[in-house]
Parts: sequence; structure tokens; C-alpha cells
Amino acid sequence: MSGGNGIAIDVRGLTKSFGGREVVHDLSMQVKRGSIYGFLGPNGSGKTTTIRILCGLLTPDSGEGTCLGYDILRDAEKIKRQVGYMTQRFSLYQDLSVRENLEFVARLYGLRDPRGAARDMIRRLGLSGREEQLAGELSGGWKQRLALGACTLPSPQLLLLDEPTAGVDPKARRDFWNEIHALAADGLTVLVSTHYMDEAERCHEIAYIAYGHLLTHGTVEEVIAGSKLTTYTVTGEDLNGLTAALSGKPGIDMVAPFGTSLHVSGRDVAALEASIAPWREKSDLHWHKSAPSLEDVFIELMSRSKDNFQ
Amino acid sequence: MSTAGPPVAAREVRERFGFWKRSYAMLIKEFIQLKRDRVSFAMIVMLPVMQLLLFGYAINTTPHYLPSAVLLQEDSDLARSILKALENTKYFRFIYEVHDVDDFDNLLKSGKVLFGVEIPRGFERAVRRGDRPALLVAADATDPVAASSALGSLAMIVQTALAHDLYIGAPPDMPFEIRAHARYNPAASSSLNIVPGLVGTILTMTMLIFTALSVTREVERGTMESLLSMPIRPVEVMFGKIIPYVLVGFVQAFLIIGIGVGLFGVPVLGNLFLLALLSTLFITTNLSIGYTISTVVQNQLQAMQMSMMFFLPSILLSGFMFPFAGMPAWAQYVGEGLPLTHYLRIVRAIMLKGASMENLRYDALALAALMLLAMVIAVTRFRRTLD
Repeated sequence: MSGGNGIAIDVRGLTKSFGGREVVHDLSMQVKRGSIYGFLGPNGSGKTTTIRILCGLLTPDSGEGTCLGYDILRDAEKIKRQVGYMTQRFSLYQDLSVRENLEFVARLYGLRDPRGAARDMIRRLGLSGREEQLAGELSGGWKQRLALGACTLPSPQLLLLDEPTAGVDPKARRDFWNEIHALAADGLTVLVSTHYMDEAERCHEIAYIAYGHLLTHGTVEEVIAGSKLTTYTVTGEDLNGLTAALSGKPGIDMVAPFGTSLHVSGRDVAALEASIAPWREKSDLHWHKSAPSLEDVFIELMSRSKDNFQ
Repeated sequence: MSTAGPPVAAREVRERFGFWKRSYAMLIKEFIQLKRDRVSFAMIVMLPVMQLLLFGYAINTTPHYLPSAVLLQEDSDLARSILKALENTKYFRFIYEVHDVDDFDNLLKSGKVLFGVEIPRGFERAVRRGDRPALLVAADATDPVAASSALGSLAMIVQTALAHDLYIGAPPDMPFEIRAHARYNPAASSSLNIVPGLVGTILTMTMLIFTALSVTREVERGTMESLLSMPIRPVEVMFGKIIPYVLVGFVQAFLIIGIGVGLFGVPVLGNLFLLALLSTLFITTNLSIGYTISTVVQNQLQAMQMSMMFFLPSILLSGFMFPFAGMPAWAQYVGEGLPLTHYLRIVRAIMLKGASMENLRYDALALAALMLLAMVIAVTRFRRTLD
């Protein structure tokens, strides 16, 4: 694959408004070729809009950059040829069969042997025996696989996946990610948006976007370290009471239950430890300092960005 | 950028036929979708057949069994024979027999009858003497269409009927005169004129709706997002969506003309190939206009409404409903901008008058110009992004 060490996506200062509301604000990002780049953020944070700008479906109000070396403003047609875009909502033809959908894509991209290409993809997707089934009749997991198959069929260099695993069962989700890793190993660059933390941890790099602003990016370790968050995990009796007592105390930014334990986090270590001191002595509570999870980091980022931007 | 991954050379070579390949991909897709949409598929055949049968018989300017009255001022054998003959034509149904002129007038005035036949006193005697007395037929002028063709064929009918079972006169010289009182144009049309008109009207409606929904359907089903992210150009989408329906339209035109000839006895005097050629042009023009509508509207409901907005003037101002020459100048100008106007002239001229391309050059060019205009608007209006 060409340019294994290069940059697949390099954009600066992307801004996009709809009806006076800024959906993406001054967004800059770089994605290395051959990497899996996770795009995280709450609903309505501008993930889909950013992805649509990257594949030429939307024109940014301002900003510039390149995608696979092509200018995102001028060379949208060339970018489309090299990019596979999997939409959030299933957007293949429901009234066409699996085979017909794949053949349609293959023909549209001018593949030499559309029927053969579709046949190979059906085999690769494990959809043999279902090729004549209408796409609309497939289960959620199979639809996802078919959609991924359709956008990888023309052998693109970049995949843009918009919440590809929303509403899919864990087994199908795992298979899907194995496939994505296999594709990345072949040199494909993948930009994938998701809500799932376990999926974020499967990415080489992640970016967190909220209210149109890119808040943080880097590897999972970098993002966690960069958060400067200290987290204590508590187990014991009456955690509900503890939650109520700790919430809003100085230095405590977040109290979140995780199963039978409670995560208490804050950025100011001294203030945090001062606030929890009275409870650390209690014999029915067990405290230990732990690294914050990615979810802790994101929820903290989100609650902070809410104050800033809304 | 130092990192541009240039497209593989082999892929560039294949670009040469890209336009055709992409249009073809779209076309195949549309065909499959059409085939799978059972209802739409059935409608391709059902719609024209039903409409033609419905309109062909319903918009009938030769209605039967019109309620009639007779003012009988003499009760002779000849008078009875004439009434019987009139009734045998099935045009008239005599529901009143009066002997007084005022009653006769009132029946017509009140709308209880559409026709009145007056047989004057001394009618039979006058006939025998060779005086050619007048047989008065009064028609309710408020429904001129219903009356006109019954009146138009009256003389012929009576003459033929009487020739068979009467002892008087041979057909060429009527022993009496039929005096029709009507205040409308007696040249009103017959089904010969309507069926060719229906070819154009039905095609306008079906073709418009097929393509008017095509782009909005993709938007509403969410498939447009995928389609736009793929390397297909607006012209290719348009051709891919129009061409399958040209074939559909052709089948419909064939059906309608076939039924017109077989069931309604409409002749095709001109060249069938020319008719097929110009019909294809007309079909494509309508498909282009429908497609243009679908690039302008936001959803399928708007598409339907806008199709109707185009369809109604097409029916009213094209010369299908009313004689084109009888319309005011402004209406004629509007009419000239409608494809149906030109096609009606073409199809009537070819089927009924045996016209050739020479006679139809202007209308054919007008159709082609309208088609190109619609296509240019459609391609420029087609939104290549989701902005």
C-alpha cells in the first residue's frame, strides 16, 4: 500500500454551521495512514458533520485541508473514488438483494468484473447462501457487515465509518472490529466514530469532540494521562449515601457508580483528598487510588465542555 | 502534500467508459427496484388500460339514452314510425309524450329532458304531398356536448331507419326536413379525437409521477447519502433514472394505441415508426420534467403536488379538453410551453390525418427543446452535497 507512513487526513480550522448554529468549530486533525482513528463524543457533537465534510458530502464554511493528498474543497470527486463511507443509518437499497447491492457498487466504481467482485465479497463477508436475500430483510448485524462490504468493495484507501456498530450485539461487534483491524493491517486508514468505550480502546488513536470542539486527541494512554484526573475507587456499604454526601464537595468533579464500586474523580488531587478524608477512615469502606478509565475521562470532559459551550 | 497516494494507474485507464458504466449501474439498479415494486409494476399496465377504458367510454360525446320528450301534434303511423326509429338509435329515450307546446317547453326548461322532438300537425299528409315539412328537434343547450353528437347524426339515423321499414322515399331525398335547434358548435368531437388525446394525457401523468418521485425517494430512504458519497455525476444519475422508464412509457404508449385501435376503432393512417419515434421523444420529455421536479422538491408529497400543478394545465390548455384555437391568446402561449400540446398535434395528425415528419417538424422541435431545457435545469439543480 502506498504512503504507509504518511498522513491520510490533514485538516485545519474546519467550521460548519446549520441555520446559524455552529455544529463544527475550528476543528483540526491529523490521521496517520494505516491507523484506526476513533472519533468519540456525545450525540450531536459534530462527528457525523465532520465525517461528511471529509468525504465531500458537505462543504465547510471555512477551513482547509487534504484527504489522501487531495484538497477537500476542490477534489471532492477524486476523494470519493478512494474513500469508502459507511453511513450511520443503513443506506444501501433495502429492495435490492445482497448481491444486487454489491454489484451496483462495483459497477458504479467501474470495477472490471462487477459480478465476480460481488461474489468474492459475499464469500468474504460470510454471506454465502444469503446473496439473494433483500438487504432490508437482513438482521442488524448482517446489514452492518453488508454495508462494510459495500464500502470496502472498490478497495478504498480510507474508510469513514459513522457509528458502524450502533445497536449491534456484542458478538457481531467483535467480529466487526476484527475485520476493521484486518483491513488496517492491509494498510487501510480507518476513521470510526463510536459511543462505546471498549471500541475506543481498540483504536490506535482517539479524538474526543463535544459541541463541535475537538477537546483532546492522542493514544488512549495519552488521553488518560492528559486528563490529569485522579480517581479513587471505593467499595463497601451504602455507596448511595456516599454518592450524595460527596457530590459537589470541593475538588470532587465526578462521582460515578460502577457496579458494586464507586469512582470518585477530580483534577485537583489535594482538594480531592481533603474532601474524602473523613470517609477514608470508615471501616466499612475500602478506598484505593486507581487510574481513571477512559469513560471517567470523557464524562469529565463532557461535563466541563457543557459549562464552556452551552 | 508529500503524502499524496496517487490513484493506481490501472484505475485511470478504466475511466474512459466511466460515464457509461456509471449510468448503466444506475439503470440496472432502477430496473431491479421497479421489478421488485410489484404495485408499481402492475400499474405500468393497469394504469393506462384502466384510464383509457374509463375515459374512453366515460368522456363519450355520443351518450346514449338521453331523456327526451315528444310533442305529438298528430297521431299518425308515420309519426309513430319516426319516434320508434329515433328510439331505436339508442340516442333517445322518450319519457314524456305531451300534446301542448307549453308543457313541451317546460320539460326542456326544467331539465327533465335534454331533447324534445316536435311532430307538427298535418305532418304525414305534408310528407305524402312532397312538401318536406319540418321535424323540429330542440336540444337543451346547457349541456352542448351531450347533445351535439346525437344531433349531428340525427339526420343520418332517421333517414337510414326510415328507409328500412317505410314506404316513403329512398335515402337520398328526405321526405321531410330535420330542423335542429342548438346553439353550439355542431362539429364537436367523437372518440376518434379523444383516444389519441388520451395517449398523450395518460403518458404525461404516468411518466411525470414515475420520475418526480425518483430522487426524493432516495433522499427519504436515506440512500442518497450513500449515492452521493460514491463517484457518480448528476448527469449519470439522471440518465440511469430516466432510461428504464422510457421503455416503460413505450410499453404504455403501445398498449394505449393498441386498445384505441382494437376497441375504439381509431385508425392509424400515418407511419407507425414515426409515431413510435415521436412518442419516445414525448415520453423522454415528460420524464425529464418529472425528474426536474424531483430535484427541486423536498419530499414525495411535494413531488406529487408539483406534478399535479403541471398536469392540470397540461390537460386544460393543451387542446385536449378544449379546442386550442378557441382559447385566448395568453392561454395559447402557455399551451405552447407544454409538451402535451405539441404531442396532441403530433399524435392526432399521424393517427387521423396520416401526417408525415414534414408536417410535424415544428412540434417535434418544440418537444426536443422542452426536453433539453428540463434536463439542463435538472442537472444544475441536482444537489451534489447534503448542504
